[in-house]
Amino acid sequence: MDPVTSRRITVTVNGEKFEYDVDARRLLVHFLRDDLDLTGTHVGCDTGNCGACTIIYKGVLAKSCMLLAIQADGASIETVEGLSSDGELTKLQQAFSDHHALQCGYCTPGMLMSATALLRDNGAPTEEQIRKAIQGNICRCTGYVNIVEAIKAAAK
Amino acid sequence: MLLAEVEYVRPKTVDEAIGLLAAHDGARALAGGQTLVNVMKARAASPDVLVDLEDIEELRGVRDLGNGSVEIGAMTTCAQLIADEAAGARSILGEVASKIADVQVRNRGTIGGNVCSNDPTNHLPPLLVALDASFTIAGSGGERTVPAHEFFIGVYLTAAGPGELLTKITIPPGGQDGFTAVTIGMDGSAIVTAAASLNGGARIAIGCVDAVPVRARQMEERIGSDYSDATVRAAAEGLGATLDPPSDVHASADYRRRLAEVLAARAVIAARERR
Repeated sequence: MDPVTSRRITVTVNGEKFEYDVDARRLLVHFLRDDLDLTGTHVGCDTGNCGACTIIYKGVLAKSCMLLAIQADGASIETVEGLSSDGELTKLQQAFSDHHALQCGYCTPGMLMSATALLRDNGAPTEEQIRKAIQGNICRCTGYVNIVEAIKAAAK
Repeated sequence: MLLAEVEYVRPKTVDEAIGLLAAHDGARALAGGQTLVNVMKARAASPDVLVDLEDIEELRGVRDLGNGSVEIGAMTTCAQLIADEAAGARSILGEVASKIADVQVRNRGTIGGNVCSNDPTNHLPPLLVALDASFTIAGSGGERTVPAHEFFIGVYLTAAGPGELLTKITIPPGGQDGFTAVTIGMDGSAIVTAAASLNGGARIAIGCVDAVPVRARQMEERIGSDYSDATVRAAAEGLGATLDPPSDVHASADYRRRLAEVLAARAVIAARERR
């Protein structure tokens, strides 16, 4: 087994299989955005703090700016584009709209992924659990109140 | 951010990983990547080869050895420390892990990565010093086990040298443990941390005040086995004067000295109160 500077990877993103040659130095978030054109996953801080790049990676929440694309060989990934199907918003997405849980919208994809992961594990989270669950997602517009309200409403 | 050019390899066993780390100058082990990838973005480290430990099953998981003693694989994530039943045999582990960063980081970040990066503000190094943990390091010459005070050598520096790999951390029996911290925002970076474990006497370690966790030995001696509030608080007095902590925008050195005394006392009292 020898180290390589690039490799062909196979990844499943939102249920669709992709094969791509990637450099070892390529961040997963850039692979998603620039190679697959899935630009819903945002780059905010690029330091692992803001959570705008949050995806579901191998079934758990992760920040795609702290993963390499080459690590994802064989992995299954969900991004914000995979949440709704047939143009219908999910209950959570509709709740974000109804509760005015976004202003500029930059953090929203990450918030939706964190809230989706929370609601899969816990169908009836307390407010404290909701706030803990979105701790890794920074929003500079809303003050979080309406985001928490939207997640509460989606859990009902 | 575009990283500097790097090579990548993902071995399946510890032996393969050690071989790769030894064969390539400038090779670094990649655990969860929650520190290393960011450090690479900032060019604070530029490894030539990343040896990804992700597929090495023998590095994962927690074993309950009884009486609060646990053996933790280096690639065990913080999320596993929180949820794993065997890790629950030493409840302080999950409790402290749940205060590290956020869900995303805890899902990827590992105990081995946390201690090997040995950032002075990390939570786990002072905790593991207080718990008297030992660290098993594998290299081409075999395995060796070092105690916590020999493992943490300096800022970002541990006893796991080039060509070596931390494989597991073993915590001896016990359970009367406490941990306190003052952080920048809830669950943010630590300004000062204190950990204590009571096991026929108190072991107390302070974090963020030096390159490595500092044992509060004089305070331990003064406490003896009297864990009453009055004795513990009196024993903490003077601890700050023995420390030489850094000053930064978050806290002056004097404030950190004061925090060390208050938090050390609270950690011991929290340990006493643990059921």
